[in-house]
Amino acid sequence: MEGSLAKESVLKEILPENTAKTLVPQVEIAREVKPAPSRYRNEIAKYIIRRDSNCKLCGKCAEACPQGVHVLKPGYKLFSAPHLNVCIGPSCQKTDHYCIDLCPNKALKMVENPMLKAMGDFRWTPDMLMATWKMAETGEPPSPEYGYNYETGASGGGLDRLRFKFPEKPPVDLRDDEIDTSIVLNRRNDGRPQIKIDVPWYGGGMSFGSVSNVVQLSKARAAVAFNTFTCTGEGGYMERMKPYDDHVITQIATGLFGVREETIQRVRIVEFKYAQGAKPGLGGHLLADKVTPAVARMRETVLGISLFSPFPFHSVYSIEDHQKHMDWIKHVNRRTLISTKVSTPNDVDMVAVGSYSAGTHIVHLDGGYGGTGAAPDIAKKNIAMPIEYGIVKVHRFLTDEGIRDKVTLIASGGLRTAHDIAKAIALGADGVVVGTSELVALGCIRCSRCESGRGCPRGIATTDAELAADVDLEWGTQRIINMYSAWRKELVGILKRFGMRSVSELRGRNDLLMHLDYTNDVETHT
Amino acid sequence: MPKKYHIETKKIPPRLPKVGKFGIVDWREDCARCHNCVKKACVYDRYRQEMQYIKDLDEFNAMFFECMGCFSCVQKCTKGILALTVNPEYEHMGNGYYTSDIILTTWNQAETAGIPVSGAGYRGKFTGAGFDSMWTDMSEIVRPTRDGIHGREYISTSVDIGRKPKLLSFENNRLTTPLPPLVDLPVPILIDMFPKEYQFPNLMPMLLAVAAKTGTMVIVDWEQQGLLGTYNEKHLSNVVFYVGKDASLPTPEILRKSRLIEIADNEGVEQRIGEIKAVNPDLVVAVRVELDSRGEGRSVELAHNPVVEVIHIVSDINGNQTGVETPGFIKDMTRRIHTSLVKDGIRDEVTIIASGGIALAEHMAKEIICGADAVTINMPLLIALECRFCGSCRDGFDCPAKIETITAQYGVGRMTNLIAVWHDQLIEVMGAMGMREARRLRGETGRALFFEDIEEETFGRLFGKRISS
Repeated sequence: MEGSLAKESVLKEILPENTAKTLVPQVEIAREVKPAPSRYRNEIAKYIIRRDSNCKLCGKCAEACPQGVHVLKPGYKLFSAPHLNVCIGPSCQKTDHYCIDLCPNKALKMVENPMLKAMGDFRWTPDMLMATWKMAETGEPPSPEYGYNYETGASGGGLDRLRFKFPEKPPVDLRDDEIDTSIVLNRRNDGRPQIKIDVPWYGGGMSFGSVSNVVQLSKARAAVAFNTFTCTGEGGYMERMKPYDDHVITQIATGLFGVREETIQRVRIVEFKYAQGAKPGLGGHLLADKVTPAVARMRETVLGISLFSPFPFHSVYSIEDHQKHMDWIKHVNRRTLISTKVSTPNDVDMVAVGSYSAGTHIVHLDGGYGGTGAAPDIAKKNIAMPIEYGIVKVHRFLTDEGIRDKVTLIASGGLRTAHDIAKAIALGADGVVVGTSELVALGCIRCSRCESGRGCPRGIATTDAELAADVDLEWGTQRIINMYSAWRKELVGILKRFGMRSVSELRGRNDLLMHLDYTNDVETHT
Repeated sequence: MPKKYHIETKKIPPRLPKVGKFGIVDWREDCARCHNCVKKACVYDRYRQEMQYIKDLDEFNAMFFECMGCFSCVQKCTKGILALTVNPEYEHMGNGYYTSDIILTTWNQAETAGIPVSGAGYRGKFTGAGFDSMWTDMSEIVRPTRDGIHGREYISTSVDIGRKPKLLSFENNRLTTPLPPLVDLPVPILIDMFPKEYQFPNLMPMLLAVAAKTGTMVIVDWEQQGLLGTYNEKHLSNVVFYVGKDASLPTPEILRKSRLIEIADNEGVEQRIGEIKAVNPDLVVAVRVELDSRGEGRSVELAHNPVVEVIHIVSDINGNQTGVETPGFIKDMTRRIHTSLVKDGIRDEVTIIASGGIALAEHMAKEIICGADAVTINMPLLIALECRFCGSCRDGFDCPAKIETITAQYGVGRMTNLIAVWHDQLIEVMGAMGMREARRLRGETGRALFFEDIEEETFGRLFGKRISS
C-alpha cells in the first residue's frame, strides 16, 4: 500500500498553484564559522588556578602562557580574573610554559573545578557541556589538550557503552571535501520533491512557548546555513519565520495549536507528532506561567492557563486513520513531505511499517530519554524504550519487510554529539534530530528549570521578555552554526577513518560498532 | 453517573528547612559592592530577601539550599566570587535504595500533592538495579483502549482483594456459583506496619485517618491496637488487623465487623483461617509471607490451598529477599510467583499484595505489572513527614525530624497528599499505556519492557553475549 495520493498530476489540477512554491522570498545565511564567545563573564572551566599571597606580581605566568589565561593589564597593580576556560589543565605540564612550575614563588595551584560536581548529569556530563560550549564558540572540535571526555556520557548504557571499531589505517585515503554528509528525505519516488539536506541531522520541534522566538529563529537561521531543517514544535508558526520557510518543518500535534491551511502551505515538510520521547503517551505540557499574552495569542488560548495537549490524536486509532490525516495534508500542500514522529513503544517496528504503508516519507522515532520543556518526571524516566533499541528494531524490521530504502528513518531522543549521531546511523538510522544540543550551544546548563515560573533562567526556554533578551539573534545563530560546523568536521573525521565517501555508507553498519558490555564476537551485521 | 474517586488535598508546608541539593558559596571578602549585583537578578529571588532570612537561622538555611542550580549568578558575578556546590548534607541523605533524590521528590509531593514536572530530558542512568531495569510501555496509534489522557476520568485504579471463583455457573439465567467475599479498594495501595526500628506510636491514629481519607486500609498489629486510640466501628473498614503466629485472635465482635484480616504464615494457617471464618465467613483473610529463602515456594504452595484468599509477600524495606546471601528483588520474586501461578492456571483465583521497596509511584505501577494486585507502603509515608532516613530512630536516638511531635493536621495532610499524587501518577502511566483498569494492569508484562529482554533482542544479536551488567 502506497497511500491513496500517489497521483500528483491529479493534485495539480485541483490545488491552487501557490502551494507549489514558497510564498515569500527566502533569506540566505552564510555557512561561516566566526568566533562566538560565551555571553557569560565567568565561563565555567574544567580547571581552576588559584593564586595565593606569595604572588609577587612578577608577571612571568602571563608572559609564558600562550593561551592567555593570566591577565595583568598594563597600569594595573593586580591580576584580572584569569581566563580559565582556555586553560588546558594538566596536559600543559609537559610543555615549557606550565605556569605552576614556572612561578618563582610557587604561588599558583591548579585544581579540578569543584563546581563541576554540581553541573550536568549522567547523560550530559560537565565535560560534554563544556565541549559543546567550546564547539559553539569556535566552530572546531575541542582540542584534545583540554582533556574533555565528551564523546560519551556517563549513563552506563546504550550509546555511552558503544564504541567504533576504527581500522588502524583508513582503507582509502580521502580528502575532507570528497566526503558527502548529505542525506535524502524522500525515498518514496511519489513525485514529491527529492529534498536533500547537507548534514544528516535537523533541529527538533520546540514550540514558541517552550522556547523564546529568538531561539526558534536562531535554530531556523542555522538550518538555512546548513541546508537542513528546524521544526516549529506544536505551538504555532510565527510570521517572523516566513523568510526561512524552506527550512522549517511545521508540526501538527494533538493540540493542533496554530495549525491552519496557510501555515501548512508554507513549508516543504509537515510533521505529525503522535508522541514525544520525554512524555510518551501524554501529550504536550505548557504550564500556566509560560502562557504569556504572546503565546496565548499564537495558540489561540487563554492567558495563564496551563495547556495540556490531548493524547492521542482522538481522530486516529488505526493506521487507516493515520493515512486520512496524511491525505488531508497532501491535499492542502502538494509539494510537502510528511514526517511521522512517534515514540518508541514495544511495537515501534509495527508502527513504523504502518506509517510507511500509510504514506509517510519520514519515520521519526523519538526515544524515551528525549528532551522536553516540561514533562512529568515519572514519564521521562519510565515510559517507552531508549532510542538505541528503537533504531535497531525498526531498521531491522523495515529491512526484513523489504522497504528499508523506501522510507527515511530519523532518530532522536538523547543524541548529544557528532559521535552519537554517527552511532545512531551505524545502528540503522538515516539521520537524526537534535534539540538539547542546540540549547546547550546557546548556554543551557541542563538545570531542568524550563517548565515553570518565568521559565529558563538562562534566557532560552522562556517567553519572558526580560530573560529572553539575554540571547541575541546573531549570536545565537552563530553559536548553532559553529556547533554544526564542528559536528560536521567530527563526522567527516569518522567517515574518513572508515574510508567512506558518504554518510549513507555508514547506515546500518553495526559491524563497525562494539559494545563494552558484550563479547563482540558476532561476525556479520544484521 | 457513579461518584468518581477523588482524594481531597491541600498544600502542607514543611516544618523544617529543606535539605536542598545545591548551595551557593559566597566569597564576600572580594565583593566589589556593584550597584547592579547579580544577586538582585536571581530569577528565583533567592538573594533578594536575604536580610529577611538572616533574621531566623532556620529560614536562612532554607534559603541557602533552595538554589535551583542555574549557575546564572556564578557566571555573571563581576568579581567571580560566587561558586555553586552540591550540599554535602543532601548527598548523605538516605541509603543506597532510598536516595537523596527520592527523599527530596517525596517531600515535594507530600507538600504540594502535585505530580513532579520538570524541564529538560531524563538525567539519570541508562538503566539500573531493581525497578530501574524495566520501562513501562505506551501505545501510539493503535491503542488497546480508546482512552487517551483526556479520558483519565475513566481510568479505574480499583482492585479487589480476596479469592475469586475460577468460573461462574448459571442455571436458568441465574448465577449459581456462590460469590466469595471481596474487599474493594479504590487505589492499589495499602499502608503496611512499620518495621520495629521505625515505629512512632503517635502515627497510628494518623495512619488510620489517612486510610479513611483515601479509602484504603492500614495494617495494624492486633497487639498494638491500643495505639489506634478511640476508633469506632466505622473505622474498622479501613483497618486490617495483623495477627502474629502466637498472638490470640481479635474478639469475635471485631472479627464480625472487619473486612480484611491478616495472619502470619505458619503451619497452622489452615486451622487459623477456619477459626476466623467460623466467626465471620465474609471476612477476607490474608496470609503474610516473609520473602526469605522459602518465601517464593511457600507463596506458590499457599496459592494452591483453596482456603487461602490473599497472599501478602513481604521483602525488607529496600525490596530485598531476607536471610539469604544473594537476595532477590521484590519485582523479580513477584514475577516468578505470578508466572508460576499463571502456569498452574490459578493466578486469577488468589490475590497477591506485595511489600517492600516501593519507594516511588513508578515502583507501584511496575510492581503491579510484575504480578502484584496491590502494594503496600510504609517508609515513603515516613519520608512524607520529613524523615531524612538518617537511621537515628533505628539506632535508638531522637528523631531529628521530630516526627513524634507532629500535629495530626500536618501528618494526615502530608501522607494523604503523597497517596493522592501516587494515584495521579499511576493514572498518568496507565493513560500512556492505554490501560483502563488497574485490575488489568496486573501481570500485564506485555505493557512493559525489561532491560535483559530488550538488550538480548537488540544488542545481543549485534554484539554477542552480555558479559557485564
